[in-house]
Amino acid sequence: MSRLSWFNTVSLTLGFAFLYIPMVILIVYSFNESKLVTVWAGFSTKWYGELMRNDAFLSAAWVTVKVAVLSSTFATILGTMGAYVLVRGGRFRGRTLFSGMIYAPLVMPEVITGLSLLLLFIGIGIERGVMTIVLAHTTFAMCYVSVVVSSRLVTFDRSLEEAALDLGCSPAEAFRLVTLPIIAPAVISGWLLAFTLSLDDLVIASFTSGPSATTLPIKIFSAVRLGVSPEINALSTIMIGIVTVGVISASLISKQALVRQKRDEQAAARVQ
Amino acid sequence: MQSSKFAPWDDPDAKPLIRFKNVTKRFGEFTAIDNLTLDIYEREFFALLGPSGCGKTTMMRMLAGFESPTEGVIELAGQDIAPVPPNKRAVNMMFQSYALFPHLSVWDNIAFGLRRDSMPKRDVEDRVEEMLRLVRLEKFAKRKPHQISGGQRQRVALARSLAKAPKLLLLDEPLGALDKKLRQDTQFELMDIQEKTGTTFVIVTHDQEEAMTVASRVAVMDQGQLMQVSTPDRIYETPNSVYVADFIGDVNIIQGRATQDGEETYRIDWAEGQKPLTAKSSNVFSAGQTCHLAIRPEKVAITAERPEDAANAVQGRVHDIAYLGNLSTYHVELSNGTIIKAQTSNTRRISRRTFTWEDTVWLSWTATAGVLLAN
Repeated sequence: MSRLSWFNTVSLTLGFAFLYIPMVILIVYSFNESKLVTVWAGFSTKWYGELMRNDAFLSAAWVTVKVAVLSSTFATILGTMGAYVLVRGGRFRGRTLFSGMIYAPLVMPEVITGLSLLLLFIGIGIERGVMTIVLAHTTFAMCYVSVVVSSRLVTFDRSLEEAALDLGCSPAEAFRLVTLPIIAPAVISGWLLAFTLSLDDLVIASFTSGPSATTLPIKIFSAVRLGVSPEINALSTIMIGIVTVGVISASLISKQALVRQKRDEQAAARVQ
Repeated sequence: MQSSKFAPWDDPDAKPLIRFKNVTKRFGEFTAIDNLTLDIYEREFFALLGPSGCGKTTMMRMLAGFESPTEGVIELAGQDIAPVPPNKRAVNMMFQSYALFPHLSVWDNIAFGLRRDSMPKRDVEDRVEEMLRLVRLEKFAKRKPHQISGGQRQRVALARSLAKAPKLLLLDEPLGALDKKLRQDTQFELMDIQEKTGTTFVIVTHDQEEAMTVASRVAVMDQGQLMQVSTPDRIYETPNSVYVADFIGDVNIIQGRATQDGEETYRIDWAEGQKPLTAKSSNVFSAGQTCHLAIRPEKVAITAERPEDAANAVQGRVHDIAYLGNLSTYHVELSNGTIIKAQTSNTRRISRRTFTWEDTVWLSWTATAGVLLAN
């Protein structure tokens, strides 16, 4: 390990301080004894206990998880299908347009996405609730999944699928037995990404939720307007924890596959 | 040579296994295969040879079912195979990249095709073991493809494509990724396996040495057409065009004008101030017709004195010597600037070599040494 120069040490410290001090403060104050957010009165986990007894928060949490699981699953299925067609469909008419358009939701302001979905749901007369949030989250998360999966598919050796067909697979079997297992790490990290995005989302959810369904970010946002309570800090800490686990495992899954392959190749090189 | 016994292409009653009938394949404007007709027989080891882009891979992909002909019919054992999808054809392919499934072990790769046929588990096991023995990889059954060497991967790919006992095995540049020494060993191994299993092999290659070594017949292709289809020795000894002569091995091409000079014998005027050459040919040339005399370097003798009874003899100066170890190729420049290559076996040690740079030498060859070609 080489030592960093003083300049690099300073920039690293500053950068990370900038990124993480707010979160660290939030986490620290979630263990605060006092009801006043800005006054430290000793360590306690009582706000976590309070949180567990708060039915409004718990039901919002449940809605959020349900929405996240459903929408990330749908987004993964649709996004993978989309990526497959765009990468494998050959040069069909309008391909460039479609592959450009799949990125549009990535850069579209969330307010606009949310508003347009709201207009759509009102227009076709769907009552807003869990289902509409799931639909909305599926819409914006599937393009992320599709980007992740298509970057894997581009490097996928086409002859593997041909070999599967040649050995007697129907096209559907070839996908299930050969393509899917090989692109699985990308599909899983796509799912985790979609899950995290759905968990985080406030703007689109607030446009598309109804009185029957409130997600956790909406709940927190409306609670904070009445004043920040240590309970919110505790809840936010838990959410940070979940998202961190999600992001870390997504990157670990793709990295592990790479590391394992490298190790195996080195082992093979020693044998020869 | 095995061709002395095995020659179904000379038997008018033999039924071909594969039949290309006036097949044309176009990709948009580009014509990959141009009205091609070809028969391949059972148990043949057939090589499609040509430069890249000549259409040889397209032919193979049409046999495997990944492409369909634009016009014409391809028959396998008398049946038009156009409506049969690749997974229903009794044809297997060994891919250039091997296309081994990275998430499956060697064992599972070989068993993959057998399992698709819902073969009983016991039979699958027996067949996989048999294949592993055939390619001598019993010890590596549990390994994943990236845990074995390139040569071993090549053998797994071969075992996998042979496991289903196809009527026809297609090999797409199967040895391209191997180094030269391993490639030569593997060529003999391939021939061995082909003989043992009795499968018809069609191999695509751009390496003429490989095609000559393994194949019972070779088809030389260019721009979607067959230039010549014959046994390796006839392709080499009696090419039917300058293209084939030039593509296969090393050759001297001398352009001139033919004049009949006795039965099946022609006089070739080829350069100002040079004596005409003599060549025998069963091809008929009219008087004054442009012709090309193709002579292999090893059929040209190199001597210090003019040989007494040679049908053709020319004098020149040694311009360059390519020493290949077992052989030496002398590039001899004639007085008019033409360079003719002559090859000799190095049966003596190099220090005893007779000729060196700038020596004046005589090149000679018989009237039957070369092939007289119109184009």
